[in-house]
Amino acid sequence: MSYDPIDIALILGKIGLVFFVILTLAAYLVFAERKVLAWIQDRKGPNRVGPFGLLQPLADLVKLLTKEDFRPVGADKWLFYLAPAMAAIPAIMIFSVIPFGAPLTLFSHTIPLQVADLNVGLLLFLALSSIAVYGVALGGWASNSKYALLGSIRGLAQLISYELSMGLSLVPVVMLARSFRLSDIVAAQSGCWFIVYQPLAFLIFLISIAAECKRIPFDLPEAEGELVAGFHTEYSGMRFGLFFVGEYINIIVLGGLAATFFLGGWHGPLLPPVVWFSGKVLAFAFLFIWVRGTLPRLRYDQLMHFGWKVLTPLALVNILATGWFLVLKG
Amino acid sequence: MAGAYLPIILLLAIAVCFGLGSLVFSSLIGQKKLSAVKLQPYECGCEPVGSAQERFSIKFYLIAMLFILFDIECVFLYPWAVLFKRLGVFGIMEMGAFMLILFVGYIYIWKKGALEWE
Repeated sequence: MSYDPIDIALILGKIGLVFFVILTLAAYLVFAERKVLAWIQDRKGPNRVGPFGLLQPLADLVKLLTKEDFRPVGADKWLFYLAPAMAAIPAIMIFSVIPFGAPLTLFSHTIPLQVADLNVGLLLFLALSSIAVYGVALGGWASNSKYALLGSIRGLAQLISYELSMGLSLVPVVMLARSFRLSDIVAAQSGCWFIVYQPLAFLIFLISIAAECKRIPFDLPEAEGELVAGFHTEYSGMRFGLFFVGEYINIIVLGGLAATFFLGGWHGPLLPPVVWFSGKVLAFAFLFIWVRGTLPRLRYDQLMHFGWKVLTPLALVNILATGWFLVLKG
Repeated sequence: MAGAYLPIILLLAIAVCFGLGSLVFSSLIGQKKLSAVKLQPYECGCEPVGSAQERFSIKFYLIAMLFILFDIECVFLYPWAVLFKRLGVFGIMEMGAFMLILFVGYIYIWKKGALEWE
């Protein structure tokens, strides 16, 4: 594939758009989370900065940027500085393979609404989500704080355990679409969404991404009741901000992937594809906030038992059952 | 083929600039009033004892090893999942045999208590 200047400009345009949209969305997701939690708990939530508190994310950004920048005694200098970026960058990168709308045709130029339509898109997602684990592991270890160490090794074990069930729950999707290319997976769902064929895989994927986002009921790595803030106890200012923004970008990205793999991506009647895709992503984000406002935190042994003794074998059985069904159906 | 990765590389460059840029920018404009007490690791107000980069429970190491075993199996499943229609009944019998062996191993680690947390 060769590129002429128009292609490069288009790619840069799409990257700029994606970057702007997911960062803004992540900032407003923080605001939405505070608002929705407040409503669930019969409070008002942030409402002082701007109309309805809508400028709150901006105020938070200014606050985080101007905070003092320091590193605790004995912390590993480079790892401590770089870990937040290591957590945030893979989350942004994953979005590059998600198709967020039907291909546009402008001046006889077909523009796929996707930054990179790779033939191994699904594998790239799995690889990047594995890399994201390093941010948690190294950040916690480098802080030279006991809470941070405990939080990060807990987080590490949790993330890799649920990565397994997440990976296994996507095998049936590949079997149905017979491609790793995300645009093929979306195209295969033009008739019927995969959630209809694979409700169990969807459920396993949903639970696994909640654990991958370190969200309640799986927020053991940062359980504030016992570990203060877990792996980011020692982080403040913009470094904390990057961890935080990375987590919310992760929610958006994993919500987008859940929509792509199981809910037909941008397919939907009447409304334009981009609207359908955004609606599905926001629905997932709302679901995560709702769950946070409703459920208590699991105990660590319950968390690991559930991952290893329930989700993983269920996902394996599901793969074999799907395989037999599809082969015998012919 | 490598050209398909150009957008990914561009995005990586921009994401790295964003990540490092925001860190550097905030360290430039933030105030600096350091003191010995402020720089201590947080331990609920107590004096920290020793280093935190210490040994921790072997359980986590075990989980990491099990993860590698099962993740490799997961890697084997992916190529099969793309091609399983072409491989047909033979392919799925092979995959069934592979999973059976894996399942025996799974039962073994379960019975050995590798998945228990006391």
